[in-house]
Amino acid sequence: MRTLLTVFFKEVLDNIRDRRTLVSALLMGPIFGPVLFAFVINLSIDRALDDADSSMDLPVIGQEHAPNLMRFLRSRNIDIVAGPEDIDGAAEAVKTGEHDVVLVIPANFGELLADTVPAKVELFSDEANSQGEKEARRARSALRAYNQQLAAIRLSARGVNPMLLSPINVDAIDVSTPSGRSAMLLGMMSYFFIFALLMGGMYLAIDSTAGERERGSLEPLLSLPVTRDQLILGKIFAACVFMAASLMLSLISFYIVLKFMPLEQLGMTPNFDLGVVLAAFFLLLPFILLGAALMTLVASFTKSYKEAQTWLSAVLIAPTLPILVVSILTLRPQLEFMFVPSLSQHLILVDMVKNEPLNGLHIAISVCSTLFFGALLTWVCARLYRREGLLG
Amino acid sequence: MIRVDRIHKSFGKVHAVRGVSFEAPDGKITGLLGPNGAGKSTTLRVLYTVLKPDEGTASIDGADVVTDSLAARKNIGALPHGAGLYPHLTARENVAYYANLCGIDKSEVDDRVSSIITLLEIEEFADRRTKGFSQGQRTKVSLARALVHDPQNVILDEPTNGLDVMATRSLRRLILKLKDAGRCVLFSSHVMQEVAALCDDICIIANGQVAIDDSIDGIRERTGQSDLEEAFVCAIKMVGEE
Repeated sequence: MRTLLTVFFKEVLDNIRDRRTLVSALLMGPIFGPVLFAFVINLSIDRALDDADSSMDLPVIGQEHAPNLMRFLRSRNIDIVAGPEDIDGAAEAVKTGEHDVVLVIPANFGELLADTVPAKVELFSDEANSQGEKEARRARSALRAYNQQLAAIRLSARGVNPMLLSPINVDAIDVSTPSGRSAMLLGMMSYFFIFALLMGGMYLAIDSTAGERERGSLEPLLSLPVTRDQLILGKIFAACVFMAASLMLSLISFYIVLKFMPLEQLGMTPNFDLGVVLAAFFLLLPFILLGAALMTLVASFTKSYKEAQTWLSAVLIAPTLPILVVSILTLRPQLEFMFVPSLSQHLILVDMVKNEPLNGLHIAISVCSTLFFGALLTWVCARLYRREGLLG
Repeated sequence: MIRVDRIHKSFGKVHAVRGVSFEAPDGKITGLLGPNGAGKSTTLRVLYTVLKPDEGTASIDGADVVTDSLAARKNIGALPHGAGLYPHLTARENVAYYANLCGIDKSEVDDRVSSIITLLEIEEFADRRTKGFSQGQRTKVSLARALVHDPQNVILDEPTNGLDVMATRSLRRLILKLKDAGRCVLFSSHVMQEVAALCDDICIIANGQVAIDDSIDGIRERTGQSDLEEAFVCAIKMVGEE
């Protein structure tokens, strides 16, 4: 036990003094997630607000031919501005991106309307340009609304009930709750936690295997009167402590970031108070042993520090795979998923954030299975550490 | 007391050690001499138990290096070739880490570390982080750390590599001190003069085999060469011709 503690304290001290480890464990992981998250949320808030209320400019050629249409468009918060000289100019302006969309009204527009012949207008847009597409969609929907209004007036004038034109009235009802809507966006949050957690122990895992070998300090260490099991366990536990610290920091920084985010504007009220922060920490705690053992295991296969770094970057991504598959297939939480580490934590965390009742059995299975895999990998690590080939 | 009995070790197709046997008694300095790639390091690595021999046995004070490796390691202080330190720890912390791992009583660790630091004359830089130490400083700290648990047997793999004259001299003085204290010192080198200056017994290894195992005078006599370097070359040729 003393050997294990000696190794543990030495690794902790050694890595606290190593700026690279410290930065990656206590800065990179915990800051990277929330910052990226805040960025994405703010972007989507901007977009959402953009769509609804903001006015848009619509260049129109031949405004004078359709004064009523112009008035209608203005009432829908669309500002009419002068367009290019002619049709060729319109196509050119849209192609070069000078305008996103241009409306062309021919001189005979009023005449055709009066004759109740379909009156043609032309709307130029670039479907390959996503911003332009949005504006075009808005212009199209405004024109459609004007079209329906005119149709209804014509029918009324001829004594026909305009209701005949809409036999079906579709009313879409969204049953998601504000917390539920948050879960979609906050779903990626659980990966940030796992990422921060793994980042926290990454350099320690490299240092204790490939790094120690490369430095030439492994061979004298192995010639000491201690068993290798105690050495590797001490190292894995030290990695666990760094991972736990990194996880806690990342949870807290998320908590702070969410406080300052105008999520209500997106119709979201995520359940992420201090109680959830603590619950999430304990939920992810079993994953720490798994992560530390996995990273140590992978690093001990590699020949050099650099190689270990390359491989461990892949390990950072590995826990996303089950989350990704389930998100893409939009599978509902099932009992079987709870056996899969990282996925089970993700699903339970999403439920927490949605403020839904938690399934005790699910949590128990998640904790037990993750601990089991962690213990298994730790054992494999210890076996590998006994190999002669360890010295490379 | 170190005893090696016909050990063999192969790495894939390379048969690095082919039946090496020798003894290194207490109170004497035994030199393992041989050209590069002769199998010296492999032999020593078997002795400090990081490698297992394919055949043959070796023991440290009677403890077999394979079946009783923990007991064998208790009585060894090893300085592997190119041993590295922990750059973020001070020299003193590096030594104390090993003292704690060796199970030295907690109340005695500080005293023991201080006394070994004095013995090796490294007080001057003992409380500096070892990052950026010179080769000589590193070797001394590595040696201090290997000797901190006061082992009966000391195994040094090419300890003078990369050392300047002054550092080599002080290392030599230390090895003689260990001998006077009744320790068994086994060290490897590829420099004949260095081995001749220190050793009581010399075991010349070439091609993974023992060419000659004798005292300096014995080697001169058996090779018929009065010049030690010639004797060395002559002994190596003896193996090559077999």
